Amino acid sequence: MAQIIRSSPVLAFIGLQICFIFFASTLTCTSGSEDSYTITGRVKIPPSNVIGHTAKFSNVKVILNGGDKITFLRPDGYFTFHKVPAGTHLIEVSAMGYFFSPVRVDVSARHRGKVQATLTETRRSLTEMVLEPLKEEQYYEIREPFNVMNIVKSPMGLMVGFMVVVVFLMPKLMENIDPEEMKQAQEEMRRQGVPSLTSLLPSAGASR
Amino acid sequence: MAIRVFLVLVLFLSSAIVSFSLYEDQAGLADWHQRYIGKVKHAVFHTQKTGRKRVIVSTEENVVASLDLRHGEIFWRHVLGTKDAIDGVGIALGKYVITLSSEGSTLRAWNLPDGQMVWETALHSAHHSKSLLSVPINLKVDKDYPITVFGGGYLHAVSALDGEVLWEKDFTAEGFEVQRVLQPLGSTVIYVLGFVNLSEAVVYQIDSKIGEVVAQKSMVFPGGFSGEISSVSSDKVVVLDSKKSILVTIGFIDGDISFQKTPVSDLVENSGNAEILSPLLSNMLAVKVNKRTIFVKVGGEGKLEVVDSLSDETAMSDSLPVADDQEAFASVHHEGSKIHLMVKLVNELDNVLLRETIQMDQHRGRVHKVFMNNYVRTDRSNGFRALIVMEDHSLLLLQQGAIVWSREEGLASVTDVTTAELPVEKDGVSVAKVEHTLFEWLKGHVLKLKGSLLLASPEDVVAIQELRVKSSGKNKLTRDHNGFRKLILALTRAGKLFALHTGDGRIVWSMLLKSQACERPNGISLYQWQVPHHHAMDKNPSVLVVGRCGSDSSAPGVLSFVDVYTGKEITSSDIGHSVVQVLPLPFTDSTEQRLHLIADTVGHVHLYPKTSEALSIFQREFQNIYWYTVGADDGIIRGHVMKSSCSGETADEYCFTTRELWTVVFPSESEKIISTLTRKPNEVVHTQAKVNTDQDLLYKYVSRNLLFVATVSPKGAGEIGSVTPEESSLVVYLIDTITGRILHRLSHQGCQGPVHAVFSENWVVYHYFNLRAHKYEVTVVEIYDQSRAENKNVWKLILGKHNLTAPITSYSRPEVFTKSQSYFFAQSVKTIAVTSTAKGITSKQLLIGTIGDQILALDKRFVDPRRTLNPSQAEKEEGIIPLTDSLPIIPQSYVTHSHRVEGLKGIVTAPSKLESTTHVFAYGVDLFYTRLAPSKTYDSLTDDFSYALLLITIVALVAAIYITWALSEKKELSEKWR
Repeated sequence: MAQIIRSSPVLAFIGLQICFIFFASTLTCTSGSEDSYTITGRVKIPPSNVIGHTAKFSNVKVILNGGDKITFLRPDGYFTFHKVPAGTHLIEVSAMGYFFSPVRVDVSARHRGKVQATLTETRRSLTEMVLEPLKEEQYYEIREPFNVMNIVKSPMGLMVGFMVVVVFLMPKLMENIDPEEMKQAQEEMRRQGVPSLTSLLPSAGASR
Repeated sequence: MAIRVFLVLVLFLSSAIVSFSLYEDQAGLADWHQRYIGKVKHAVFHTQKTGRKRVIVSTEENVVASLDLRHGEIFWRHVLGTKDAIDGVGIALGKYVITLSSEGSTLRAWNLPDGQMVWETALHSAHHSKSLLSVPINLKVDKDYPITVFGGGYLHAVSALDGEVLWEKDFTAEGFEVQRVLQPLGSTVIYVLGFVNLSEAVVYQIDSKIGEVVAQKSMVFPGGFSGEISSVSSDKVVVLDSKKSILVTIGFIDGDISFQKTPVSDLVENSGNAEILSPLLSNMLAVKVNKRTIFVKVGGEGKLEVVDSLSDETAMSDSLPVADDQEAFASVHHEGSKIHLMVKLVNELDNVLLRETIQMDQHRGRVHKVFMNNYVRTDRSNGFRALIVMEDHSLLLLQQGAIVWSREEGLASVTDVTTAELPVEKDGVSVAKVEHTLFEWLKGHVLKLKGSLLLASPEDVVAIQELRVKSSGKNKLTRDHNGFRKLILALTRAGKLFALHTGDGRIVWSMLLKSQACERPNGISLYQWQVPHHHAMDKNPSVLVVGRCGSDSSAPGVLSFVDVYTGKEITSSDIGHSVVQVLPLPFTDSTEQRLHLIADTVGHVHLYPKTSEALSIFQREFQNIYWYTVGADDGIIRGHVMKSSCSGETADEYCFTTRELWTVVFPSESEKIISTLTRKPNEVVHTQAKVNTDQDLLYKYVSRNLLFVATVSPKGAGEIGSVTPEESSLVVYLIDTITGRILHRLSHQGCQGPVHAVFSENWVVYHYFNLRAHKYEVTVVEIYDQSRAENKNVWKLILGKHNLTAPITSYSRPEVFTKSQSYFFAQSVKTIAVTSTAKGITSKQLLIGTIGDQILALDKRFVDPRRTLNPSQAEKEEGIIPLTDSLPIIPQSYVTHSHRVEGLKGIVTAPSKLESTTHVFAYGVDLFYTRLAPSKTYDSLTDDFSYALLLITIVALVAAIYITWALSEKKELSEKWR
């Protein structure tokens, strides 16, 4: 019971958060005089797990029609374009570390500036103008953590590994062979005159 | 053979999709990024006792920034849109930076410490007018004095806390122009002074609480005003009359208007036209007359009196209250290579509070602007610091007789870029040893090994970075074997030429363009003038800088020849004619000077250099010189040839007339030229042939005389959203510039510009907007030569019946065919470039400057018209990527990685000596440089190559051999004993 009581403020907080997301999130409000309307929206960046970029609203730009108008985000993530004529427009969000789909925005002249928004990449239409990144962008390759296998796999590692096998495992293998057979094989070898490793080295050859 | 080598290479390279990618610790090794703001227009100091001292500036590049007053670093910065020019900046409530932009229609507040936008208000505007911002000086946070803004014909009062418009007042009456909005300190009355048709002065008194007009007075001035105005106090302004010979003091105490006329000739003898200077001085006025700056004191009853006069080239700051109700201002004037900074009291000009002399670099030019700030020293006296803006746009802080810091803000407005080689390392010049001892060398490599195995501690990482920078020797001022060290020559709008080192981006030298004919020539373009390699090796290379006296295209041009090694101007000349087009010719004289033709507005061309040798070379090729002009306004492209020497008295023998050879006329009712492009003249193409998967040969149509033209319907020339798909279409052409023949025409229905294109070898890639899909599209067009298609026959080759060696004439009708394909692209684009390498063997990458000011490297294989949905096995082996409807944006292939090149304007690529590598330089408000290897560095070991690991392996192998030998000998011995 005590546990539940203790966790209730947390629950309340989460509830509040959800409320905030659902109710406080934006309405594509438009008002306008004559032929110019207002597009209001909100950019929401989820808290990032990737090290290196935190969601900083001060570095986010919202771009209308390929640079015709540029605006910035308020601390709560809202943005507004003023004096937009009726027609079909394109809104892009430029935020380092995130990829946003461009948004097709139809401002209707007939319905007093009613705004319809569609993500052009996923063709998903938005009921409210809340723009969320499609994906996070990592600009750097991630270095693979230190791994013995990587070294072993590299050509030099393979060379060293082969040498180790020859030096340490081969004698072991030799030992496992029956001494009688070994002796026979060695005698055979001697008879055939197969040079041993020693004789391959010039200094060894000279010492013989 | 070359084809086979190429094929093998292609096969080798295409084994994997290579994308540019970087590890985080490699950032900054080969690249650098410099942040600028541009020429400062306004500056507001924020020097509270607590917190960091900073200065808020707004610039001509539409940047608002907060700079550290101690070191000149940028705390934060925002680049507004290109149409969002800043009209005013101020600090409200001691915590918000207020900017007024877009001709007084957008008001924004930024948080002072971190630059987060707090609020944004769109103000009502009806027509173009002056835009004035006045932020009340108020340090109390709790009380909200409204900001008064005039713009677009309306006066607004805006709450500084949340940007709410408290009231607005209409001043859009016909002919009425508001000149000044004044609010006496502590008063609730706002005076709005304006002129009706420049002949009647009207003063409105407005209650600052509710925005109602309390009183209105007007008075006709018979002489008429010229519009130049200076407010000297809260109830007085001084205006020049329409003849600019009489100074009129307009007083409006309590709303009563009074005029007081003072002819300028009463103040100064033999006076010509006067000009009121902009600095605001209390109860004083600065007037420029007879090339002198005179200070005129305005008395209580509007009586004018000359109190001081200074030389013409004096820059002044606004006056600033210092202790005891006194105001001081700063003035800066030149004397030889020194500048004198003086701070005087406004009331007593003889009382010089501060006099400092500072040595100034000649290549910074004159002082343009001065912003002054005072501080209280420990001994309670006043200290002053001055922020000055120079003619080359640089920004300097002067304090205590020294330049505390300087910023080269000219580099924020680069107009043209070229690259140049560094001098060759001479014999006898000892090169600084990079590694000192074997031990240090080993230590370095062990560190590197640790780094690559991820065993390094943070300190080690720092040490590794330092070591890498040092050991690469990348900052030396000599040519290197790989051609990685080069000079980037950047010409700025202010007419200054900078040489930047590719290693670390430092300025090696800089030079301000000078002219006898005018005060301040603008920089237009840069050309390689002399690149010595064969018989002029002892000469230094030089570049040609083309400038212009004034912004109009008919203004006379200025040429300057600059030695690249030393940065010294060799010669300069005022050429006396205008510069419309500069055509570098493919001929050089005996000293390797390249011949250039400069076309002027009257249709003549002028040959440079003006030597008889150049003239004889030119006369030889007289018939073979063609050029074209694009008339974007009338939709006509014209081809020209040389006709004869100029006739007339002023003409010299280097002037020639031309005649029109062909015209391509686009119907003005349906097509409007929005983009034209040719290949880079110095591009290297490795092979003309392209081998298909079925062992078929395709011949690229590689012609230097191809022009890419894009037109849209006139309705579609505007912004996205202004046109429906039915109304707009985009047509692209490939035109031969010798004959004017249209080789290819491709029409995109329902599409519009802006078109950004890149042209290389035999292909064009262009980016435009598809209105039907409401997405951006990228189309590639490749053009192939059909006439050589029969050369595939081996027998013909053997019997010599091929036409490979037949001379080509541009007059003949080329048989060409094209292939094209389109893809979607998910971002707006600002510019596109392509990588260029020394021999053109390495596969190419497109460098796409996106709207987010990043640069994306996209492999050319993604824009290959031979891509199909299901490539066959053979095609896959060749490296053809299955067709997708949109081009991929791989975050790792952003060459700018975590940087933004704010205000990106252009990307320049230049080959290095190493075939795999290319230099990339991007400019805008920021500068960014990096080296790219589009197919990875296949011809050299990478920086991460671990020599230590190699060494350890070798040592281990040698040791192993000896151990085995010893073991083997021991064994043999024991065997012998047995």
